[in-house]
Amino acid sequence: MTAASGARSAWPSSLVTWAVVALIAAFPWFGGRFYVDLALTIMISAIFALSLELLVGMTGLVSFGHAAFFGIAAYAVALLSPAPGAPALWWLLPAAVGLAALYAAIVGALSLRTRGIYFIMVTLAFAQMAYYVFHDTPLGRGSDGIYVSAKPLITVAGHNVLDLARPLTFYYFTLACLVATFGFLALVARSKFGHALAGIKANEQRMRAAGFSTFAYKLAAFVIAGALAGIAGFLYAVKDGFVNPEILAWHQSGVVLLMIILGGIGSLRGAVVGAFAFTLLKELAQSEALFGTFAKHWQLTLGIVIIVCVAAMPNGLVGIASATKRRIAPILDA
Amino acid sequence: MPSDPLLAAKSVSRHFAGLIAVDRVSLAVEPASVHALIGPNGAGKSTLVNLLAGELAASEGTVVLDGRDVTRWPQPQRSRAGIGRTYQRTTIFPRFSVHENCRLAAQAHRQEPWRLWARASDDRGTGERAEAAIELTGLASSTARVAGTLAHGQKRQLEIAMCLATAPRVLLLDEPLAGMGAAESEQMLGLIDRLKPTHGILLVEHDMDAVFRIADWITVLANGAVVASDVPATIRANAEVQAAYLGEPA
Repeated sequence: MTAASGARSAWPSSLVTWAVVALIAAFPWFGGRFYVDLALTIMISAIFALSLELLVGMTGLVSFGHAAFFGIAAYAVALLSPAPGAPALWWLLPAAVGLAALYAAIVGALSLRTRGIYFIMVTLAFAQMAYYVFHDTPLGRGSDGIYVSAKPLITVAGHNVLDLARPLTFYYFTLACLVATFGFLALVARSKFGHALAGIKANEQRMRAAGFSTFAYKLAAFVIAGALAGIAGFLYAVKDGFVNPEILAWHQSGVVLLMIILGGIGSLRGAVVGAFAFTLLKELAQSEALFGTFAKHWQLTLGIVIIVCVAAMPNGLVGIASATKRRIAPILDA
Repeated sequence: MPSDPLLAAKSVSRHFAGLIAVDRVSLAVEPASVHALIGPNGAGKSTLVNLLAGELAASEGTVVLDGRDVTRWPQPQRSRAGIGRTYQRTTIFPRFSVHENCRLAAQAHRQEPWRLWARASDDRGTGERAEAAIELTGLASSTARVAGTLAHGQKRQLEIAMCLATAPRVLLLDEPLAGMGAAESEQMLGLIDRLKPTHGILLVEHDMDAVFRIADWITVLANGAVVASDVPATIRANAEVQAAYLGEPA
């Protein structure tokens, strides 16, 4: 939502949003195991895409190194979990998110001194640095990656209050994280902070002339985005129980950018829709039932579909929805 | 001039890789007065404005605001201390409403970025300050319009309204009449006249009729250096100024 459009049609849209949340919440009761797992992947991707939307859509900062923060949090789960026994959620999640935010603070402090294509390149370079740390040093145990033996839980007086090893608990925990991330960013968008970010995106020179120290705003956005990507990385590591350096590689940064472009930059719903569409398209392209032996060339299929989508829908999937709404609104009013 | 200057440049220079864009310029902007800065294209007028606003750092010399040395202050800090500026090329938020353009500018004085739970649009203080600036510039009937759809003259007025929303004491106006028709120019000159009692104004302008009508003091810049600095009547009679600028066909 742009700063200018305001709350014109707030309630019907939020009704749709809550209906979608209810549908996702009910899904494990009728969806098959494979599809529930796919829904989890989509929710985690959606959190990751939302975190990048804060930078690209809300602040106008195109980062091409966002996988680093996702990957660092995921590796933190693997490396900080004690060898025997389950780690406690109450410190593991803040630790993983905190490390992602810390790296974002370092990368942001240095990269935000550049602009445009240079910013894209510098963020990419920092992400590749993180990639090689996990790929080529004993810390990350190389390209084989690390297994995470036990899943985090919260115990109170000897009882497991929240055990992420239970699939249904983990599912709802992930959904809660997605709703919280979406809600948080929706609050940011309408707050003074969010309006200042929108101003920076529109015209940073004017913001500085008005008296905003724009560097501090951009750094804050960058660190928050890194922390939110860290939540997604945490959930990813807990879900799969396995991390390898590929989750920090540059093509992951590209994938999350593609998700928000596909869904429609400048809209929180777009980030979620984009994560959903991308994950689904990838599954379809990989399906041997649909493509036979060609399924092993899924990247080609996916690439072509995305190019066509982006060319046909410059404002993404949510752009189509709002264009349709505009077209049918006069009919409904009549 | 009797009063202490609000804003003063003391022998400021700016070099760009060997080129001297501004060469040891001193000038003062007094309260409740219009100080016009004139000179041919490339004389260094906009560079000087950038040095005063803090958008560019001075290579040499000092900039003083209210008796404080602000030479090392970055632009946002100088802006919060009371220096407002407009640009030669209109610099607004074209996709925001007129109100939001001004409200966002007003927000610079109470930024409160941590108040994430509160809507920016509910902030009474910044909203009222924005509306006051819009009223003052005569844009009250266009407050809900998207800024990009305004006529050129209204966009220039909006830029001044955004500037006023930050409650500056010094206004640096870089060619506010550029590209305006006669009626729009008159409106803008009327606005500058209304702002004069409460602001110190530095006016960069090519329209000589306007300058001689409205300025209390004129500084003539050529090749980055001050050629003359005096009251309008003396400037008009100055032979050097005639040669450097006024003699040229406008």
